[in-house]
Amino acid sequence: MNDVATCEQLTAANFKSAVKPVWCPGCGDYSVLSSITKALAMIGKPPHEVGVVSGIGCSSRIPAYTSCYGFHGVHGRALAAATGLKVARPDLTVLVTGGDGDGYSIGGNHFLHACRRNVDLTYIVMDNHVYGMTKGQPSPTTEPDWDSKLAPGGTKIRVFHPLVVALAAGANFVGRAFAGDPNGTAALIAQAIRHPGFSFVEILSPCVTFRPEQKEWKSMVRPAPVEKTDDPVLAARRVMTDDGMNIGVLYAGNRPCYELDYGRSPKSVADLEMEFRV
Amino acid sequence: MKLNAPKTIEEFMAQAYAMEVEAAQRYSDLADAMDTHNNREVAELFRKMAVIEGKHGTEIMQHMGWKTPPANAVAPSWEGFEAAESVPIDEVHYLMRPWHALQLALAAEQRAERFFAELAKSTTDESVRKAALELQEEEREHVELVRAWMAKVPQPEKDWAEDPDPPRYDQ
Repeated sequence: MNDVATCEQLTAANFKSAVKPVWCPGCGDYSVLSSITKALAMIGKPPHEVGVVSGIGCSSRIPAYTSCYGFHGVHGRALAAATGLKVARPDLTVLVTGGDGDGYSIGGNHFLHACRRNVDLTYIVMDNHVYGMTKGQPSPTTEPDWDSKLAPGGTKIRVFHPLVVALAAGANFVGRAFAGDPNGTAALIAQAIRHPGFSFVEILSPCVTFRPEQKEWKSMVRPAPVEKTDDPVLAARRVMTDDGMNIGVLYAGNRPCYELDYGRSPKSVADLEMEFRV
Repeated sequence: MKLNAPKTIEEFMAQAYAMEVEAAQRYSDLADAMDTHNNREVAELFRKMAVIEGKHGTEIMQHMGWKTPPANAVAPSWEGFEAAESVPIDEVHYLMRPWHALQLALAAEQRAERFFAELAKSTTDESVRKAALELQEEEREHVELVRAWMAKVPQPEKDWAEDPDPPRYDQ
């Protein structure tokens, strides 16, 4: 800590709405909500300069729990809606929140192309390796041998590797955090927001109802033993041998982010209306 | 566990303040969660704990003569990723009884006592050491208060976690 001077400043409480979460007690998403609001306080932009966009799922309820502008959209389409918002209102800080089912399965294609486009968004995925809201179906990150009533004997399908895919598809910032480390997660989210371009933050967020064994994650995760890199080849080598329990920033690249050139779009609304007239 | 002891009394008290604020916020979040799940008794208990931890934070501010909270203060992690006095979010159950909630509070106060004891040993600054010992003593008193509270609360029934309409039907 460098500065212990007293001052008036935004706090996490400024970013929380009066709506109370309906998650199961013990859910990791409570901590992630707390980390997001802390990170926004660190960034120091007031709530009306921030937009939070989500899809469908337990974690996609987050926009309602913040005092920022929010959009609780269609399943898997949060990134599409957020991209539209950011290019229309580049002055806003835009966060996208969701889960592994929403982001990697239903929204998998949007995930790939959002990484590739590199619009200045921060995508926060709360990964609990299960569809919790719909009662425990396996998701793309569910272990192939996870036995459950809905998938007897497991799916036998290999898992999706979000960090590998994000890096390969062109995300400009890639990191992993753990819900049980709220201050570390807040700091990582703040870094992701500050980094230009598409920032992807995967957060291991235990589902205490359908995956109670994930309570063990807190004894399994550890800070990554290496510093972040801006070399995608090195990052790829590291992440391909990763066991999924290293937390921290993996990659912070230098790709220029996608920006519309408004100077070359002189058309007024009236001109556009004329153009689309039937 | 190795600690990076703060170098000045201001830095130390800012950390101690952040610990109290984070503990209060966690209790408040847990109270909200219990309210949502109609566990009013435990919600009320967590709410009381949030008020108590909030008061401790206010006392630190008054002691230091701070008019506004210290900027950028972060509670140090201890025995895991979180600050000593914060109840881990995953250790609650929607059907838990007040006795369980007090067990969590007791464990949090005991962690805080150990934290300040360790910090008093680690620091090289005399004023920090003295303040850490004072806070350790305060946490020890809180441990006793929670124990006394527990003595007045009935132990949970054996079937406290049985739910005739559980969220998981394979249980």
